[in-house]
Amino acid sequence: MGFSAGVITFPGSNCDRDMAVAIETITGHAPARIWHGDATLPDGLDFIAVPGGFSYGDYLRSGAMAARSPIMRAVADAAGRGVPVLGVCNGFQVLTETGLLPGALMRNAGISFICREVPLIVENGTSLFTARYETGARITIPVAHHDGNYFADDDTLDRIEGDGRVAFRYAENCNGSARDIAGVLNAGGNVLGMMPHPERSVDPVHGGTDGRALFEGVMEGLSVA
Amino acid sequence: MPIRERPAMKVNVHVSLKPGVLDPQGRAIHHALEGLGFAGVNDVRAGRLIALDVADDTSDAQLDEMCRKLLANMVIENYTIEKA
Repeated sequence: MGFSAGVITFPGSNCDRDMAVAIETITGHAPARIWHGDATLPDGLDFIAVPGGFSYGDYLRSGAMAARSPIMRAVADAAGRGVPVLGVCNGFQVLTETGLLPGALMRNAGISFICREVPLIVENGTSLFTARYETGARITIPVAHHDGNYFADDDTLDRIEGDGRVAFRYAENCNGSARDIAGVLNAGGNVLGMMPHPERSVDPVHGGTDGRALFEGVMEGLSVA
Repeated sequence: MPIRERPAMKVNVHVSLKPGVLDPQGRAIHHALEGLGFAGVNDVRAGRLIALDVADDTSDAQLDEMCRKLLANMVIENYTIEKA
């Protein structure tokens, strides 16, 4: 049984290879590499990753152009069918711009680009993506972004918090995000967007391996299903 | 095929952050203005002007749809459409 994953690449993506290496390292199967201009996904994907970077040079708004690319219509269809989709950093921005996740990611409150490890709290350890973490666990994952300041109106924030859709919170809010939110799930629980980069924390040479459990959890969750 | 001059219309779309949404860029510009010695600047909000050149039969509904589907992010931004 293979684990069939796909990694999307837009012009300006720069974490697509890291994502592919992380997936292959952990699952033992190299993911399909998918170009933004493709209108269809390979058949039978178990998992789709939308990676970090600066798609389309962040023109208009971060993720705005990528969200209107042909492949994202196919990704949205797949998400609607229940296929797990992970968006990291620019991928999170793309997923909010696509409307697959609520809210928006704005310029960091402190203006500066932030590139460092940040402590996170696993807020919901029961989702497909977080099942290998304990709820309440403190983990360390790197961030590298300029537009990571999560915003949604109060009603939306109340709703996603009430529904257990906050997957991760910053233990130290580095970018001004509303209610310290670092990662958000969709209503179905099969789409996760997060600013921190779990794919940069899978090998001891990265300085930490706290990101591994996310990929392991997805793989296990899918093989049990 | 003969070249036909297509009547055009200039449209300016102004996109701005909704009131109450924190604008770090506006704040930084504000600080910089104060640093240059300009007194009496109460607040600064940074927005974006998108200048469109469209066929003159483009309807208001079409312009509105362009704004809602792409030019503005309705979660955080408002827009106004100004026909030049």
